[in-house]
Amino acid sequence: MLNKDRWREILEVLTSNWFRTLLTAFGVFWGILILIVLLAAGKGLENGIRSNFGDIATNTMFMWTQGTSMAYKGLPKGRRFYFKLEDVAAIKQNVPNLRFVSPRNQLGGFNGVNNVVRGIKTGAFNVYGDYPDIINQDPMGITSGRFINELDIGEKRKVAVIGEGVRASLYDVGEEVIGTYIKIQGVNFMVIGTYKKNSNDGNAEEIQKEIFIPFTSFSLAFNQGNNVGWMAITANDNSSITQLKEQIFAVVRENQKIHPQDLRAVGHFDLFEEFNKVLGLFMAMRYIAYFVGVLVLLSGVIGVSNIMLIVVKERTKEIGIRRALGENPWSIKLQIIMESIFLTMISGMAGISFGALVIFIINYFLETNGPVEMFLNPSVGLGVVLTALIILVVSGLLAGFIPAQSAIKVKPIEALRME
Amino acid sequence: MIEIKDLHKSYKMGSNSLHVLKGINFSVEEGELVAIMGSSGSGKSTLLNILGMLDVLDEGSYTLDGVPIKNLNETKAAQYRNKFLGFVFQSFNLINYKSAMENVALPLYYQKVGRKERQEKALKYLEQVGLREWADHLPSELSGGQKQRVAIARAMAAEPKVLLADEPTGALDSTTSYEVMDLIQKINDAGNTILIVTHEPDIADMCKRIVHLKDGVIVEDKKITQVRASQYV
Repeated sequence: MLNKDRWREILEVLTSNWFRTLLTAFGVFWGILILIVLLAAGKGLENGIRSNFGDIATNTMFMWTQGTSMAYKGLPKGRRFYFKLEDVAAIKQNVPNLRFVSPRNQLGGFNGVNNVVRGIKTGAFNVYGDYPDIINQDPMGITSGRFINELDIGEKRKVAVIGEGVRASLYDVGEEVIGTYIKIQGVNFMVIGTYKKNSNDGNAEEIQKEIFIPFTSFSLAFNQGNNVGWMAITANDNSSITQLKEQIFAVVRENQKIHPQDLRAVGHFDLFEEFNKVLGLFMAMRYIAYFVGVLVLLSGVIGVSNIMLIVVKERTKEIGIRRALGENPWSIKLQIIMESIFLTMISGMAGISFGALVIFIINYFLETNGPVEMFLNPSVGLGVVLTALIILVVSGLLAGFIPAQSAIKVKPIEALRME
Repeated sequence: MIEIKDLHKSYKMGSNSLHVLKGINFSVEEGELVAIMGSSGSGKSTLLNILGMLDVLDEGSYTLDGVPIKNLNETKAAQYRNKFLGFVFQSFNLINYKSAMENVALPLYYQKVGRKERQEKALKYLEQVGLREWADHLPSELSGGQKQRVAIARAMAAEPKVLLADEPTGALDSTTSYEVMDLIQKINDAGNTILIVTHEPDIADMCKRIVHLKDGVIVEDKKITQVRASQYV
């Protein structure tokens, strides 16, 4: 089936009219190139957006209180309430498959007044009272010292981990940070570490200007009792927080005597849901890329089919001779189909290679000219290349099929009469 | 070798039916050299095509070397053509992008003979027709007589039972025609059965038997004394 003579014949037929072969091949080349470049561009956008999410654990929900909207059990509507540490314990106990439940209290924030003082320098920073788990949900690189640990929580130590942004505002360049004190709303905390967070986003500077102190110390120093400002809750990898969140709300409503139908009492932001929406967008983009690419490829394939029909027409007499000499009709059919597949494959592979070159060049410019917002490392995986190859074989097969059929439809005697 | 009984063949031309062969009874023994003659429209080419399994008969029977030829699908017909028959055409019908040797080796390729053996055999047959040193030439580099000799070598390469020649000298001048006929006579002398369709009386006279066709029937079937082509060469 795939012997030397067959290959020689394929090459002889395809090289007998170089210009025609090249024009035909270009159709397929162009189609597959468009497909590859579209997919790579989609991937680049996806990579860009994904990197905007940074290292944050995406299977996470943030939850805060908003005041009740329905009266319940003798309590009025419009009641303000706080999450309590008991709520945290109850959630941990009653809702399975949660990885982290981190309560958090917060001082300051956007447009806050200067709340941190060191010597003659002051600054307005977000100050968080956190548990050590938070570093897994909102990852940060510790650049010196250490992060908060369970002992800090237990002993309510007045220690703080500050961002590189805070360090830049409150310290001179090269000044030793660890072991020094900063005054947060009049209370002294010892700096035990510094961090730096990764982000490609616009808030890259903002998120370096945060201060983390133990949750318990925060409550004590700033009179929070066992109030909890908000919680960051992360589910296990194999379950989704979007499915678990209703259970969590139910536990909180039960604990806080909120009407079970009161949907406004607890506010939340479901990062996982948002993330999945974006992922869904990428999926749609990938479908569009395949759709457009395959349609463009289709016109190339029709070109191949057309040329094969012409080739068959030109070779009708030859085919007649060969059948008179006793060549099996199947063998002739196979020959035509293989010519078609060969032509499609070669031009398709050229398209894939050229597409890879285009991607390489784009990546080169991205690297040399610095990052572009929302676009990072466009690429196509091996899976895409394999898919493209399969599409090529199938389309070569389809392109060759009709011409092959027409090649053996002509009776040898009629084929021989052709001049 | 060939046995034809009561053969009928007609072609549909729109609403009309053209009755081309009207009851042919005809047999050929092994080793014969038969000329089929007739004016154009007499049905001689149709008869040859049916003998060559390139066309199917409407009525009657055809037996080739004891094998009944009927109800063949294309695959089977191709197989039988390859095994039983060698064709020589008026317009040579060589494949023009293959060398003389490759052309000769073609029927062997369809028999799935290995490449090396194929080439050896092809060279042997080219030698027989005196074209061994032309083995690597393309058909376009050969003269008409040489092309027909390559075609004959190709027809012989599969060692067929019967060699069918459709106006083998029709496109050649008379000197070259005699050379080709000389070759055909030699092949016949070696014991091969050959049928030639021709309308040239001098070519027919070089065969051993002449069958005259007129309007779809055999009007004359006679054995003759063969004129040797070698005396003209």
